[in-house]
Amino acid sequence: MSGKMQIKLKVNGEDHEFSAEPRELLVHALRERLNLTGSHVGCETGHCGVCTVTLNGKSIKSCTMFVAQADGAELTTVEGMGSPDNLHVLQEAFREHHGLQCGYCTPGMIMRAAKLLEEIPNPTEEQVRFGMAGNLCRCTGYQNIVKSIMAAASEMNSAKEAAQ
Amino acid sequence: MNDMTPDRNERKANLKGLGSSRKRVEDLRFTQGKGNYVDDIKLEGMLHGDFVRSPYAHARIKSINTDAAMALDGVLAVLTAKDLEPLGLHWMPTLAGDKQMVLADGKVLFQGQEVAYVVAKDRYIAADGAELVEVEYEELPVLVDPFEALKSDVILREDLDPKADGAHGPRKHHNHIFTWEVGEKEATEQVIDSSDVVAEEMVYYHRTHPCPLETCGCVASMDKVNGKLTLYGTFQAPHAIRTVVSLISGLEEHNIRVISPDIGGGFGNKVGAYPGYVCSVVASIVTGLPVKWVEDRMENLMTTAFARDYWMKGKISATKEGKITGLWCHTTADHGGFDACADPTKFPAGFMNICTGSYDIPTAYLAVDGVYTNKAPGGVAYRCSFRVTEAAYFIERMIEVLAIELNMDAAELRRINFIKQDQFPYTSALGWEYDSGDYHTAWDKALVAVGYDDLRKEQAQRVEDFKAGKTRKLLGIGLTHFTEIVGAGPVKNCDILGLGMFDSCEIRIHPTGSAIARLGTISQGQGHATTFAQILASEIGLPADSITIEEGDTDTAPYGLGTYGSRSTPVAGAATAMAGRKIRAKAQMIAAYMLEVHDDDVEFDVDRFVVKGAPERFKTMKEIAFAAYNQAIPGIEPGLEAVSYYDPPNMTYPFGAYICVMEIDVDTGEHEIRQFYALDDCGTRINPMIIEGQVHGGLTEALAIAMGQEIAYDNMGNVKTGTLMDFFLPTAWETPNYTTDHTTTPSPHHPIGAKGVGESPNVGGVPAFSNAVHDAFRPFGLRQVHMPHDHWRIWKTANDLGLHG
Repeated sequence: MSGKMQIKLKVNGEDHEFSAEPRELLVHALRERLNLTGSHVGCETGHCGVCTVTLNGKSIKSCTMFVAQADGAELTTVEGMGSPDNLHVLQEAFREHHGLQCGYCTPGMIMRAAKLLEEIPNPTEEQVRFGMAGNLCRCTGYQNIVKSIMAAASEMNSAKEAAQ
Repeated sequence: MNDMTPDRNERKANLKGLGSSRKRVEDLRFTQGKGNYVDDIKLEGMLHGDFVRSPYAHARIKSINTDAAMALDGVLAVLTAKDLEPLGLHWMPTLAGDKQMVLADGKVLFQGQEVAYVVAKDRYIAADGAELVEVEYEELPVLVDPFEALKSDVILREDLDPKADGAHGPRKHHNHIFTWEVGEKEATEQVIDSSDVVAEEMVYYHRTHPCPLETCGCVASMDKVNGKLTLYGTFQAPHAIRTVVSLISGLEEHNIRVISPDIGGGFGNKVGAYPGYVCSVVASIVTGLPVKWVEDRMENLMTTAFARDYWMKGKISATKEGKITGLWCHTTADHGGFDACADPTKFPAGFMNICTGSYDIPTAYLAVDGVYTNKAPGGVAYRCSFRVTEAAYFIERMIEVLAIELNMDAAELRRINFIKQDQFPYTSALGWEYDSGDYHTAWDKALVAVGYDDLRKEQAQRVEDFKAGKTRKLLGIGLTHFTEIVGAGPVKNCDILGLGMFDSCEIRIHPTGSAIARLGTISQGQGHATTFAQILASEIGLPADSITIEEGDTDTAPYGLGTYGSRSTPVAGAATAMAGRKIRAKAQMIAAYMLEVHDDDVEFDVDRFVVKGAPERFKTMKEIAFAAYNQAIPGIEPGLEAVSYYDPPNMTYPFGAYICVMEIDVDTGEHEIRQFYALDDCGTRINPMIIEGQVHGGLTEALAIAMGQEIAYDNMGNVKTGTLMDFFLPTAWETPNYTTDHTTTPSPHHPIGAKGVGESPNVGGVPAFSNAVHDAFRPFGLRQVHMPHDHWRIWKTANDLGLHG
């Protein structure tokens, strides 16, 4: 195919520079170049959301964005969401409330939920269900995902109040 | 010692054994994005494969030109049937006794069929290469309707001698696959003809697809130096895949290692062997490099593993009081271009003969005719134990139709026909021995929980209001009482490709009192690493947190038939308990030696062996484990290990009572689930949290199937639902909250009384949702409409009934 272009990305706080064909999907760049395999591929049409990451402060589906479009962007993936010794509140909440089964949708769910709770820090169940509608899950029936996100919201809000 | 001292309860709680809602051990890595799915595997020098697929549903292949593809920089090989033929791999056996083209051999039989396989340095070049392969087709007449296929002069399978028998006996027509009959035809027809009331209906369970979020894929890696093939893949049955690969490739089985890594949902999609696996193995053998193949979503929906597509013609008869006298069913089963069903060998239509359901039906007859059409091959059991979903949908619709015929309440009709508690073990007219059940208790509990009588009053009022022009919404009450047959199964009647459907567990206790157990199954989200450790914890008295469960590597795990058909708990769970008991038996001897008493003088108590009558004298399992490795005990080998291969004496029969309350907007066809109550009886409950999660998930898959999901074809054989744009997967927005409940009727033949639950909500959920739609329109004369009940179809139902004025 045609020529490659030089791409710069800042992912989870780390700078990366590489040359890639402009048509390369962002999700493939993350998974195959940077070895960040937490973002998955499920539909390649932007419906299922297992590839959800945060790009310049917004939730996006990394399977429907070319890496060229992301040049210069700042990204957070699930790998940037906490560490084994210090899990993110959402990661804890999903485990506590059985918000996952096969785990394939989970990284995308957690990325979207984190952004949703920034957008709406104290959401109703309806707002969670609507706000998560871009992320599909085949295992859980969502009930425990919603429960996990509501619990995380409440915990994050209590922590915020305690800090103030 | 008092059995219920706090100390004992505390020790029990510390084990996190049976009945504990233990948090899942899998979740730490999944929530951090550290799962290891097949597409995450990256091997040195790995190549990628991609398919050229047929745009036509039925066509002859005139020529294939691979020159332009081969000329593309980065393409290493393009395989066609001609390349596979010398190896005998252009066709492969299916699990149903048929054979299937790996790459199109002279013709194609369905849209999306694999025609050529391009191997390239990366996935983009492989896709470019596939675009450059030139295939010349000559279109042939397309058959998408199984009833027409059985009449047509068009021969779909030219490779088969039309006069020769198929794998399951005589064939009636060149597009016919098999006839399977169970029960007494004449006796049933006589009973039906002479009964007071007969209801007759055609019940269609449409074609759909399991559609796990992770598609199917593999990485084949042939090591030419030591002659070993490692095959990583999305396999629900890794050992069976190893045996199949050995049989068709000629590689000795010990030189093949199959590894199922984490699997992103299976639901039956990942049971079978697909052309992608065979082509990847061949490509790796040819190139000497690892080859990865992963389906995209369109390929997944169009080619691998559809489910259902059963046309079920039924007759059910009863006395005028509503006592059922007979059931007759003739099913036309559309299998597509190849019969690639994943069923035990002796059951070409799976366990469809569980279609007498929860009812004491004295006489019954079932016949199933399998048919070839120009659709994708299959079909698999989508969250289902071999056609139990179809059977449950059929009987639960027939009951509703009979209730209309009798002008009777459908809940009452069920109640008077349930198999009674004292009839278990119960032998059904179609030959199954139901192990245990208490249907009346479950049913009454469900009816009370939803306030059934009040709901019926509200519904009657709603009909009045509707007729009076006060509302445009109808209320439907969808009832279902299902009985499943899971845990295949007894080796005497269940095998796949000749492999008995036992399962296995191997346990090694380490000196410091922790353990590893390996099983022949493989989790796809069910949480085996959590729950099997719980079974063991209760059996061997070591904490579940100290037990690692490992599955999916054929080099380390004992042989087993895998995870599908809700068989993991009934079969591998039983093997786990039995292996645990072998450990305990040896531990008893070691404890007796340490305590200097006779073997019979010690007894097991939660996490230790105590001297009978002297509870202060004991040895904990942890101490015993150490002793097994550091003491020379006369007559006892060192070490503490056990293996069990469990051949279940019978299937298990989970059941449940589901009630769905649904509002339907007559003018838009939209629905709203107001309430969904699900009572499951899966026998002994291992982890209530996980059971509840399984029920939520299965109900949502049922919601999808009943209310919108389908694999639809036009009359040219084009797949109309090939992406998630068209193929309905409910989001959090459309999915209701569910209320779960349970009764507990243990299986009498299972070591811990467990029955399995993963598929129950799909089996019972579909008829509950569908019956709710039907029930809403029952007062206006509706008997039967076909699923899926999407908005347009519901609108059309209302329109056909004249409800739009």
